[in-house]
Amino acid sequence: MRESNGAVRVGVYVCHCGSNIGAIVDCKAVAEYAAGLLHVAVARDYKYMCSDPGQELIQKDIEEHKLNRIVVASCSPHLHENTFRVATAKAGLNPYYLTMVNIREHDSWVHTDRAAATEKAKDLVRGAVRRVVLQRPLEKGRVPIDPKVLVVGGGIAGIHAALTLANAGKKVYLVEREPTIGGHMAMFDKTFPTLDCAACILTPKMSTVKNHPNITLWTYSEVESVSGYVGNYDVKVRRRTRYINEDLCSGCQECIAACVFKEPKFPDEFNQRLGKRKPIYLPFPQAVPQTPVIDPETCIEFKTGKCKKTCLEACADRHAIDFKLTDTVEEIRVGTIIVCTGFQAYDARRSPQFGYGIYPNVYTSLEIERLVNAAGPTAGEVVLRDGKTVPRSIGIIHCVGSRDENANRWCSRVCCMYSLKLAHLLKEHTDAEIFNFYIDMRTPGKSFEEFYQRLLNEGVHFIRGKVAEVTDWAADPSEEGKLVLRVEDTLLGVVRRIPVDMVVLSVGLEPHADAQDVRRMFNMTCSNEGFFLERHPKLAPVNTFTDGVFLAGCCQGPKDIPDTVAQAGAAAAEAMALIDAGYVEQEPNVAYVIEEDCSGCKTCIPMCPYSAITFREQDKKAEVNAVLCKGCGTCVAACPSGSIQQRLFEDDELFEELEGVLIHA
Amino acid sequence: MKPKVAFYWCASCGGCEESSVDLGEALLDVAEAIDIVLWPVALDFKKHHIEAMADGEIVAAFINGAVRSSEQEEWVHLLRKKSQVVIAFGSCAQLGGIPGLANFFNRAGVLEAAYRESPSTVNPNGVFPQTVHKDNGFTLTLPVLHDTVRTLDQVIDVDYYIPGCPPTPQLLADAVQALLSGKLPPKGAVLAPDHALCKDCPRRDTKPEKPMISEFKRPHEVVIDQTQCLLNQGLLCLGPATRSGCGALCIEGNMPCTGCFGPTSRVRDYGAKALSAIASMADSNDDAEIAAILSKIPDPAGTFYRYSLPASALQRKKL
Repeated sequence: MRESNGAVRVGVYVCHCGSNIGAIVDCKAVAEYAAGLLHVAVARDYKYMCSDPGQELIQKDIEEHKLNRIVVASCSPHLHENTFRVATAKAGLNPYYLTMVNIREHDSWVHTDRAAATEKAKDLVRGAVRRVVLQRPLEKGRVPIDPKVLVVGGGIAGIHAALTLANAGKKVYLVEREPTIGGHMAMFDKTFPTLDCAACILTPKMSTVKNHPNITLWTYSEVESVSGYVGNYDVKVRRRTRYINEDLCSGCQECIAACVFKEPKFPDEFNQRLGKRKPIYLPFPQAVPQTPVIDPETCIEFKTGKCKKTCLEACADRHAIDFKLTDTVEEIRVGTIIVCTGFQAYDARRSPQFGYGIYPNVYTSLEIERLVNAAGPTAGEVVLRDGKTVPRSIGIIHCVGSRDENANRWCSRVCCMYSLKLAHLLKEHTDAEIFNFYIDMRTPGKSFEEFYQRLLNEGVHFIRGKVAEVTDWAADPSEEGKLVLRVEDTLLGVVRRIPVDMVVLSVGLEPHADAQDVRRMFNMTCSNEGFFLERHPKLAPVNTFTDGVFLAGCCQGPKDIPDTVAQAGAAAAEAMALIDAGYVEQEPNVAYVIEEDCSGCKTCIPMCPYSAITFREQDKKAEVNAVLCKGCGTCVAACPSGSIQQRLFEDDELFEELEGVLIHA
Repeated sequence: MKPKVAFYWCASCGGCEESSVDLGEALLDVAEAIDIVLWPVALDFKKHHIEAMADGEIVAAFINGAVRSSEQEEWVHLLRKKSQVVIAFGSCAQLGGIPGLANFFNRAGVLEAAYRESPSTVNPNGVFPQTVHKDNGFTLTLPVLHDTVRTLDQVIDVDYYIPGCPPTPQLLADAVQALLSGKLPPKGAVLAPDHALCKDCPRRDTKPEKPMISEFKRPHEVVIDQTQCLLNQGLLCLGPATRSGCGALCIEGNMPCTGCFGPTSRVRDYGAKALSAIASMADSNDDAEIAAILSKIPDPAGTFYRYSLPASALQRKKL
């Protein structure tokens, strides 16, 4: 590496970015101005600095003009800082002798006055030239990557990510909060628009997860804490006890049959509480693992201690059931983490105008999924809550809790299509007259619009309008005993009353109630609506702002199964890219404590968003872990005695740049 | 011949002079070792005595107080010319000090407050200080008060700084000793340690990693635990931002640090640093709640810039 022995010689390159910059900033004038600045040996303007010839220009000048500092005035460093660092390094100069000036996003794109924008570009370049003179050479650090991966959440996203990684030979821990993997997809009857059976395509993958030699599956478990950094995360997982030893249980389910409760008595969560289960139960027949759970809230032995424990007898010599089992905590080290924690359905009670929880025959879409399912509480027979009446007319209300200023503002993306699917299934099961109430019909997926056409041809009614309310108040005898949907039909321009037997609320998707806790645990950020935020909406859609932590599925935002699977595959590939590289390079622009100056006041410690700072008790000093540090500068600003500095953003560099920008030459 | 030393005061309260006297018997040793050529508070020297001296004849001039009048400006220029070394002595000379708070106003505002508005002022005829007064054919002149209070180094070149309001006698004795022995640090140095007070605070170990303040309290509002970190008790202690060297005197007296030793050499704007450190301790994540907690800090500008407004990045309020 060529170091700056002797005179500082700066090269300044002003990029036109086609007309992006050139149309507003007089790039030639800026370059000419820069040529006159102290220490500047060469200054040029060029149409596309990021192009190969542009980069070669820099390299050639470094050789010919003995440059030892480079300033590129172009777009945001987010886009091309790496490009120009690489170009600088290729010519043998330390890449951190480069500084970029953003004259596009910060100048040409936000101004219309050519003369003023040109002056601003000159000011910014002057600041950068003064700054770059002080910049020091830096070296990137390397952190090894542990090849094991933690996948959090066992829905279709987690399952797919885990299988992709495991098939590639990576060791995966899959942690699921519920007693079984499968997530929401396992509750669905059919999937749109192909109408293939959700269980038929999902359960084989679930079994593969269970049997895969590279996957350690922990269900009924939750991540309790995460510490460390990319490549080296230390994770604690709490495995809640089922009171049944997973290793000893054969999955015969004799214990369930033998339970002192001869009939299922308690609401069955998996079936949306439409059916019943026993205190010892398997969530659904194809649950993975095939190990039942004992619910201590309902089990007589736990409530009174006086149960006959017929389940124990049934388990006989296996001794898998043990009422004294307790939670265990597993401690693991992984290199990467994929978060696939999914979504929760909007609680329809929050929109009381639709009558959910008030009128028994108002259902949520998830309830209908179970109702039409052959393995559901009614074995696939669609009947009202009285258990016998088959509905003759059904209203399906779209956008419940979505696109609603009083609930969630976003479109949940899947509801139009699943509403169409449910309309089809309900029609198939009941031959009822079906009305869909929609705001806009959104069918922008492969074969989606065709599916909509199919429903139109099947004679399902579509009424464009937001339903104002669902009521049981009958305006005339024909409405007696019915649920009446009051709606403005915006295509007809009239207010209508539609009496039906059953109302289905197509509830939207929203972040889990504990999404903020999960966010904090994995050091992620959330977008406004509370879904986990990807690093870049277009170019890093499965990355988070924490290196080595990736996202997939609905925890990042509402999406359908194909998109979820695609995203899970992408997240697995991103994790593999790190694993197979073996190490990750660390940007050297990290904060560091000037040890002899640190007073041990601890002000910096709670400031760090990445928990990178610790207090060393032995000498009462703060210490920045360079691997965890993201170079955000918060601690540097917070240190009240100025005893923390940041490489590449040293005080002298910043003040020099500030003065350069502010002092008009 | 003993080295000639001058002591001078500008806009100050006299506390720095007190501190010199507080050397006690050690003062006699100092007086023995040096030849005091100017000390208005104690000895009767006149300006023409100094003017008569050769340039650089004085080895060191200790100047306390900020510069806020034409007379002070004249004097410090004179002393700079006659002295080899100029030492800004105390907060006012170094940072502007308490008089520097006048930079939140201008001359008219300051005089208005002092001669008319303050509750203790009785001035029925509205008499205001004049720079020129004619009486019986005689003309009296008084120095002009400036709009802006300046630090000593904003007026003349300064070689060293001794911080404190006032500096401790020990710092003065050490400085004189350094002068006499010729063991002076590089020019521009502050003759005190360059770390924050927390390092020397007897209560440091009681400061938690995250002192969370739900209510800022003033010392008279609470019974202060004499063993616990004051910040952790909701008292606005500026120790984390303030240069050490005082021996944690205020803390020993169970009072929070008000920051008179100013910033370390690495900090350009004391008030901004202190403010950002303290503001980070508000115990809430809610903007409105944080604002409510911070609103309990009385006179934030005057609190965080109590000793350093003229030396701050903004130097004064724009009027």
